[in-house]
Amino acid sequence: MTGPAVLVTGADRYLGGRLAARLTADDRVARVVTAATDDLLQPAGNGRTRISELLADAQVCTVVHLAIGASASRTGSRGELKERNVIGTMQLLAACQRSPHVRRVVVKSAAAAYGASIRDPAIFTEDTELRAVPRGEYTKDVLDAEGYVRGFSRRRPDVEVTVLRLAPLIGPKADTTMSRYFALPLVPTVLGFDPRVQFLHIDDAVDVLHHATVRPHPEPPERHDRPTVLNVAGPGALPLSQAIRRAGGITLPVPELALSGLTALGSVEFSRDQLDFLRYGRVMDVRRLVDAYGINPLPTPEAFDAVFGAVKEA
Amino acid sequence: MSHRFEDAINKVFDIVERRLSGEYEVDEFGFDQELTEEVVAPALRPLYRKWFRVEMHGLENVPDKGGALIVGNHSGAIAMDAAMLQLGLLDDHPARRHLRLLGADFVFKTPILGEYARKTGATLACNPDAERLLNAGHLVGVFPEGFKGVGKPVWDRYKLQRFGRGGFVSAALKTGVPIIPVSIVGAEEIYPIIGDIKPLARLLGLPYFPVTPTFPLLGPLGAVPLPSKWHIEFGEPIETTELADHADDPMEIFNLADKVKESIQQTIHQLLEKRGGAFQP
Repeated sequence: MTGPAVLVTGADRYLGGRLAARLTADDRVARVVTAATDDLLQPAGNGRTRISELLADAQVCTVVHLAIGASASRTGSRGELKERNVIGTMQLLAACQRSPHVRRVVVKSAAAAYGASIRDPAIFTEDTELRAVPRGEYTKDVLDAEGYVRGFSRRRPDVEVTVLRLAPLIGPKADTTMSRYFALPLVPTVLGFDPRVQFLHIDDAVDVLHHATVRPHPEPPERHDRPTVLNVAGPGALPLSQAIRRAGGITLPVPELALSGLTALGSVEFSRDQLDFLRYGRVMDVRRLVDAYGINPLPTPEAFDAVFGAVKEA
Repeated sequence: MSHRFEDAINKVFDIVERRLSGEYEVDEFGFDQELTEEVVAPALRPLYRKWFRVEMHGLENVPDKGGALIVGNHSGAIAMDAAMLQLGLLDDHPARRHLRLLGADFVFKTPILGEYARKTGATLACNPDAERLLNAGHLVGVFPEGFKGVGKPVWDRYKLQRFGRGGFVSAALKTGVPIIPVSIVGAEEIYPIIGDIKPLARLLGLPYFPVTPTFPLLGPLGAVPLPSKWHIEFGEPIETTELADHADDPMEIFNLADKVKESIQQTIHQLLEKRGGAFQP
């Protein structure tokens, strides 16, 4: 077994666990080191962090950062989540910057990086600029984290950095923000709005992350002063009302004002990100991913049926 | 007769049933072709045929396939002209073309209206969306006057307003599609605007609050459009393939936008002369 040692952060989550298992089974990877989401914030004494020790001990060449999360309800308060998302990313990148071994960093970002506003084009490409200041906390976290990643890329042009903006994940076993939303008995929507929504099947997410991690480095080595950004989503879109019906649910249109007073419904949060998303939706173009990786994610309508069609029949 | 009726009823039930279980398709912009053809078009058809007696001219200037940008004059308090233009191309063009309209952000911000606009194929008037649609070979429709056109008072009727920044021209140049001017006569008279209650508009978040001889005086009855006679004429396409290098040249774009505006204005005058009185049969 030759090849690089890979660090996967956020391996205590479903996606991280799946990716770590996949990489462990891959001969091109010498060793897989995992870090839980909380490890990013652990100091190890003498001014070093636990992460920099991990990087040094295993001589990690490739870092896959999956520990940027949207859900506050599973991780404690919103403040703690922000700490993990933003400070965690900063600490990780600081450790990478000091490590002489790191040659590749893959960051799982989110479609939320585009915000969701009335002034946005209907389909986001990687070059679309934000037209409105995002209102939501999670979007701000994602943008902060991506900002640190760009800074890191400028300081370490020898490291190849990939930022993957993932659409909301769905999967038969995955407990995601979306699966909890669609599982509500009455699914609240914003009255008078039927946004287009787009999803990514969790199997495709694992495939893309796997490929980003192990694909060969170009020879001779290139220098990159900015990250490669790729949208990752099932092409196409579903109107939200249609998605709810296909999942066997009943829509409950609620006036926007009433929804904005609501912060959570059972296990489903209603942040301002969520509210903007429920009004304007978010659809990404994935041609750049298909061209670069040769991976065709399952289109959104099919991915949705694969996951929720089964739920409906059961 | 009864068979036909039964078939029609069955078809409606079939559509409703599939809609309730979510078995229909929309494109990435949210355009719902089935809804547009089977529900919206039949609802608008009586207005088009019987109420406004719309006559289409120059349909041969609209290609059977491939992208083209249709640029028209805008009037009539609400965007009835957009809806009629859309239906006319679907019903009367030999290739039954769907017109993908570009709308102001106000449209998409408004509950129900925004949803309706997306489902019938509209999207936000911005260059990325326009270029994406044109590159995919769609027919795209735009009204560069925007609210200045629909909200203008009746004494300014058929006087084209300023054409914005000409963003539509650069979208056509970048994608190399022809620009087809379209002149719409008749929409000005459906709701003759004689006033604008600005404070009320501000309060309701509207671009203007129209006052017509019957609205808001007669309440909902005042919302019935007057049955003016309509003519819609497509002009000769303006080819842009040789101008691709000028897509970022503001002077070139302004000139071309002005040329389009001039051509629409000319045709409007001719159509008005041909039509005579606004409320003739």
